[in-house]
Amino acid sequence: MQEIRNYTINFGPQHPAAHGVLRLVLEMDGEVVQRADPHVGLLHRGTEKLVESKPYNQSIGYMDRLDYVSMMCNEHAYVRAVERLLGVEAPERAQVIRTMFDEITRILNHLMWIGSNGIDLGAMTVFLYAFREREELMDCYEAVSGARMHATYYRPGGVYRDLPDRMPQYRESPWRKAADARRMNQWREGSMLDFLDAFTEDFPRRVDEYETLLTDNRIWKQRTVGIGVVSPEQALAWGMSGPMLRGSGIEWDLRRKQPYAAYDKFDFKIPVGVQGDCYDRYLIRVEEMRQSNHIIRQCVAWLRQNPGEVMLKNFKVAPPSRTEMKDDMEALIHHFKLFTEGYSVPAGEVYSAVEAPKGEFGVYMISDGANKPFRVKLRAPGFAHLSAMDEIARGHMLPDVVALIGTFDIVFGEVDR
Amino acid sequence: MIDQIQHAWTWLHSDAASAVLIFTTIKILLITVPLILCVAFFTLWERKVIGWMQVRKGPTYIGKGILQPFADVFKLLFKELIIPSEANRVLFYLAPLLALVPAFAAWSVIPFDAQVVLSNSNAGLLFLLAMTSMGVYGIILAGWASNSKYAFLGAMRAAAQMVSYEIAMGFSIVGVLIAAGSLNLTRIVEAQAGNGGMFEWFWLPLLPLFVIYFISGVAETNRAPFDVSEGESEIVAGFHVEYAGSAFALFFLAEYANMILICFLASILFLGGWLSPFPESWGLVGTAGWWWLLLKANFFAFLYLWFRATFPRYRYDQIMRLGWKVFIPITIVWVLVTGIMVYCGWLLPGE
Repeated sequence: MQEIRNYTINFGPQHPAAHGVLRLVLEMDGEVVQRADPHVGLLHRGTEKLVESKPYNQSIGYMDRLDYVSMMCNEHAYVRAVERLLGVEAPERAQVIRTMFDEITRILNHLMWIGSNGIDLGAMTVFLYAFREREELMDCYEAVSGARMHATYYRPGGVYRDLPDRMPQYRESPWRKAADARRMNQWREGSMLDFLDAFTEDFPRRVDEYETLLTDNRIWKQRTVGIGVVSPEQALAWGMSGPMLRGSGIEWDLRRKQPYAAYDKFDFKIPVGVQGDCYDRYLIRVEEMRQSNHIIRQCVAWLRQNPGEVMLKNFKVAPPSRTEMKDDMEALIHHFKLFTEGYSVPAGEVYSAVEAPKGEFGVYMISDGANKPFRVKLRAPGFAHLSAMDEIARGHMLPDVVALIGTFDIVFGEVDR
Repeated sequence: MIDQIQHAWTWLHSDAASAVLIFTTIKILLITVPLILCVAFFTLWERKVIGWMQVRKGPTYIGKGILQPFADVFKLLFKELIIPSEANRVLFYLAPLLALVPAFAAWSVIPFDAQVVLSNSNAGLLFLLAMTSMGVYGIILAGWASNSKYAFLGAMRAAAQMVSYEIAMGFSIVGVLIAAGSLNLTRIVEAQAGNGGMFEWFWLPLLPLFVIYFISGVAETNRAPFDVSEGESEIVAGFHVEYAGSAFALFFLAEYANMILICFLASILFLGGWLSPFPESWGLVGTAGWWWLLLKANFFAFLYLWFRATFPRYRYDQIMRLGWKVFIPITIVWVLVTGIMVYCGWLLPGE
C-alpha cells in the first residue's frame, strides 16, 4: 500500500501575502495546516553589528529601516537609550513633539495594517482608502524632516528642528486640475499644527468609513472571529506585546505602565480584547487609531500654547546652531567634534523600550565609554509574534494563515533586523 | 444506415448545404465577435468602476484609457508561452481550450430578441446547464497539468466549488422551468410577458431562486467574494498560476465570457429578457427590444464589480457550507413552493 504523507507548500518568500520576505514552510493535510515553519533571515542586514561601528548619532537612520512602517517609534527607543546613558533629558516641547509623532506613526502603521490585512482577506478597497490618509500623514513626516519614510528626526537631546510654519502644497499638473489642487491645499494653508488640526478633525470620519466596510461585514467576521485565538497565558509565554497581548485581554501598554516622553500629560484609553482572536485585534487597532487621533489633538493644542526649545543647549551632545558656529570659536570646535567623532557615552548598559504600534520595541545598549556602542540588541515585537506562528496556525486552514500573518502585523525589517 | 450517410454526404456537397454553413458561420461570428469586444470593454469598465470606488482613476493613458484592453490583449499575445518543465504538455495546452469552448458554445442558445437566436433549441436550458458544467474541466485540467502545488490547490477548490454551486443553480433553473413550462429560452421570456410590465416577470414569484441564482452564478464563475480558486493572497493565482501569454488570455476570455453569460441568463430567466419593464400600453418605453436585455445584463455586470470592490473573500470551507447548507435547502423548498403555486393556479406555466 502506498504511504500517505502530508505535502509541504512554500508560502513565500515570493508570495503576495507573505508581507515581505517571510518564508513559511507549511505542512498541509489538504487545506489544513499541520505544521508551520517560519524561516527568517532573508532581510538580515546586520543592523545590530553595523551600529557598533558608527558614532551614536549616525545609527538613528538605521532604526527607521528596522520597522519601516513605524519609523519614528524605533528612533524613539534608540534615542531614549542613548539619552539615558548620557543622563540627559530632552526639553519638554521636544518630548511632546515626540509623543505626537509617535502617535502619527501609530496611525500610519495601523493604516498600513488595516489596508494590507484587508487586501489579504480580499477586501481591497480598504487598502486604497487607508493609503489616502497615509499620504497626508507622510506629508507631515516630509514637512518636518524632508523624508517621507526614513525621517531620522529624533536626536539624543531632542528633535532635529522645530515644527515648520508651513506645509508643502500641491501644484496644478496635467494629472491634477487647479480646482482639485485648491481643494487639497485647503488644509495646508497654515502651519503644520493647523494641518494636523484639520486632519484630526476629519480622521474619525475616515475610520468610520473603514469600519463600514469591515466591522459588521459578515464575511469579514467569518474570516476573523475565532481565528488565531491566543490565550492570555500563551500570549505571555510567547513574549507577545502590543495589540497581540491586549487582544488576549491583558492590559499592558508601556505608554501607561511606564510612561515615557509626555504620555503622562495626555488623556487616552487603552482598548483591550476579550477573545484574543483576529477580530478582537482588528477592533483594538481600529480603536487605537481613534485614541492616537485623540492624543494628537491634545499634543497640537499643547504645542500651540508652549513654544520653546526643541533641542538641548548642551553642546557636548547636541550641535550648536549654524549661525553660532559661524562666529563663535567654541561653537565651531563643538560642531567639528560632534560631526567627526561624535560624543562619547559613559560606560554602562541600559534597556529602553517604547510602545511601538506593533508592540514593545526595545533597545538594549552597552557602552564601554567610547563614541560607539559596544553592543546593541534590538527587541523587535514582530520576532516574538512570528515565533508563535506554528502553535497558533496549527489546525487552521491555508486562508487563515494569511489572516494570521496579517494580524501579527509582521514587518520583516524588524524581524530580520 | 449507409443510405443515410450517403444522403448526408451528397447534401453536404450541394449548394444548399454551403449556403447553410456559410450563413451559420456568419451568425456565429455575429455573436462571438461582439462578445469578445464586450469582454474587452468589460475589463476596462471593471477597472474604471473599481477605480472610482477606490478613489483612484483607473486606466487613463492608452487612448485616454479606452484602448487599454487592446494594449493588454496585444501584450498577452506577444508574450512567451512558458510551459513548466514537469507539466503535462498535452493537457496543459488543452485546458485553456476546454475552458473557452463551452463558455462560447453556451451563447448559441441565448436569444437576444424575439427571433434573434442562433439555435432556437427546445432543450436550450439543458444545453446551457451542460455547457456551463463543462467549464470546470478546463480548470481542473489546468491545475493538474501545471504540476504546481498552488495550481493544484486552486483546481481542487474550483472543482468542489463549481460542482456544489451547480446544484443550487440547477434547482433555481428548475423553478424557472416549472414556472415557464418550457426549456426553450425564447418561450421562457415569452412566458414572462404580460400587461403588468416588470411585475409579470419571474423574479417576483421566484425571488429566493433569483437571488440564489445570481449569487451561485458569481460563485460558479469564481469571482469575488467567491474567488478562492484564484485567491491571490492565498494561492497566488490558483489554477492558472503557471499560465502566461495567450494561454492565460484564453482563461481570462473564458472567465469573462462566462460572467457575461451569467448576466444575460439572469436577465432572461428572471427579468424578462428583452421585455420592457413597463406595460405595453405605455407606448415607446413599453416596447420590447434587445436594448432592454443589454440594460439588464449591464446591471448584473455592474453588480459583479460592486461585489468585487466591497467584499472580503470567503474561506473555502465557508463557501461550501453556504452552498450546501443554505442555498440548496432554500432552492429545494422554493421549487416545491413553485410547484404548489402552479398546482393551485397562482402561477400559470407558459403564460
